[in-house]
Amino acid sequence: MILVIAEQRDGKLNRASWEAIAAAQAFAGLSAGASATADPVKVAILGASIGAPASELAAAAVAEVLVAENAAFASYTPDGYTMGISALVDQTKPTFVLMPHTYQTRDCAPAIAARMRKALITDVTGISGAGANATFTRPMFQGKLAAQVKPLGDPPFFVTVQIGAFRADAVQKGGSAQVTPVAVPIDASAIRQKPEPPFQEAKQAVDLGQAERIVAVGRGIKSQENIAVAEKLAKAMGAELAASRPICDNGWLPMERQIGSSGQTVAPKLYVALGISGAIQHLVGMKGARTIVAINKDADAPIFEVADYGIVGDLFEVVPALIAELEKS
Amino acid sequence: MKIAVCIKQVPTREWQPRLNDDKTWIREQDASYEMNEPDAYALEEALRLREQHGGEVVVCSAGPARVQQVIREALARGADRAIHVEDDRLAAADAFVTADALAAAMTDERFDLVLTGLQSDDQGQAQTGVVLAERLAMPHSTIIMDVQISDSSLKVKRELEGGWFQWIAMPLPALLTIQSGINQLRYATLKGIMAAKKKEIRKAAMPADLRPSQQIVGLAVPARAKQTRLIDGSAGEAAKELTRLLREEARAL
Repeated sequence: MILVIAEQRDGKLNRASWEAIAAAQAFAGLSAGASATADPVKVAILGASIGAPASELAAAAVAEVLVAENAAFASYTPDGYTMGISALVDQTKPTFVLMPHTYQTRDCAPAIAARMRKALITDVTGISGAGANATFTRPMFQGKLAAQVKPLGDPPFFVTVQIGAFRADAVQKGGSAQVTPVAVPIDASAIRQKPEPPFQEAKQAVDLGQAERIVAVGRGIKSQENIAVAEKLAKAMGAELAASRPICDNGWLPMERQIGSSGQTVAPKLYVALGISGAIQHLVGMKGARTIVAINKDADAPIFEVADYGIVGDLFEVVPALIAELEKS
Repeated sequence: MKIAVCIKQVPTREWQPRLNDDKTWIREQDASYEMNEPDAYALEEALRLREQHGGEVVVCSAGPARVQQVIREALARGADRAIHVEDDRLAAADAFVTADALAAAMTDERFDLVLTGLQSDDQGQAQTGVVLAERLAMPHSTIIMDVQISDSSLKVKRELEGGWFQWIAMPLPALLTIQSGINQLRYATLKGIMAAKKKEIRKAAMPADLRPSQQIVGLAVPARAKQTRLIDGSAGEAAKELTRLLREEARAL
């Protein structure tokens, strides 16, 4: 059995949970090819009052939806969810546990695996081979290399699925899976973290999500003074200016212009990446753009894996030439 | 405050990947190395906390002899002493082995606070810190953007996705994984580099019974998701051709 741990906040499921279900269904399909019967997929969800997301999940073609309601799961804490998910896994005995590689999963999955002394393979982008022969693809060295990884030891094996690697709209819907409440008693006094409600730092003054075109700068821009040349290109293209995380960390552009997992997710008509290497944390925020242009001196930079058009060269030569070309007409 | 900072030495960002003969790891002899970037932010945060609250900062690293380079660098930036779990097998070790090796050398030190980067720039498993917290029986929180300590209580600002944050309180001792950009890094001064030469680096052996949790069976340059049209020529020619393609083919301008 493959168990997916779905994620909800305030009763709302995130898209990454559907992506993890799609990954589990595809993985189960591999075993159907290898033997007569596919591994059943079950989905579990934790929370305090989660009837609505549970019945939403039941629309997926899965064997069962397990609902673990407990007042201690009202707000996410690493201790609470580590105890809860460990107990669920102990009770249901899956072979694989799939979780979306969200910030929440990153916070608790290693603790669950460490406590149970079971393998955890993170940030997985592809699965090949069924059951015990399964091999998982994951990025290494900032996406410069892709590794094929096998878990060692005994099941259950934990796997986290990279955001965007599987398509949420590929989830097979199957009518109505059985929704089963499961009692997951945990010792709430053993939860050491006391969380406050989530908040946003400041109102987003710039909604990059609405921009038709975006010119984004990365480390290759080298200094704050050089931002001006990117700004000029943005103006010539009728684009908004954005950046990868290191640029905002340095204070060269405000945080609200950051694209990526910790910033905004965008899908403009045109995305021009200047001196951006394309770490996965950045790619998840922009790979839905319709046309992607990469200008980078490093021909091996991962940004070229998602780019439609690429120029391998010095952005300080190419960008002024591009501005001149655009201003011609 | 007795603060530990776990740092890893990783290939530089400019390093061009080269694989070993059986394509399961990199050719280490070709790589040049540097301090894992998120770990550098963890070190800086530890130094700032020591400036506010006193105490000492101990750098801990698990790896082959070459990791002395980043240990010395951390000492030059201001850490007080270091623990080096030295073993060649730690070069390509997974998070469980690395965390177990560190835990064995760190347990008796009874640290009040353990900091590390949120993930490494090499394997990028984003597990070692949290697994280490489990092995040290400490509460943890990850992807931290602010650390506040008063008396024996700890309050941290954790980053959530999409520009959201959350404050979390927890008791000490605790382990935190630090997000890049939490502070502005300082660099070593000449005085710091000289002082580092006299600082203690305690060597520890890796426990014999550590079992990996996973195995890399293949490593390759990733397949391209898209067919990228590379535009050659001089800057001027490339700019002209790109403009034409964006207007006529992609209709994006």
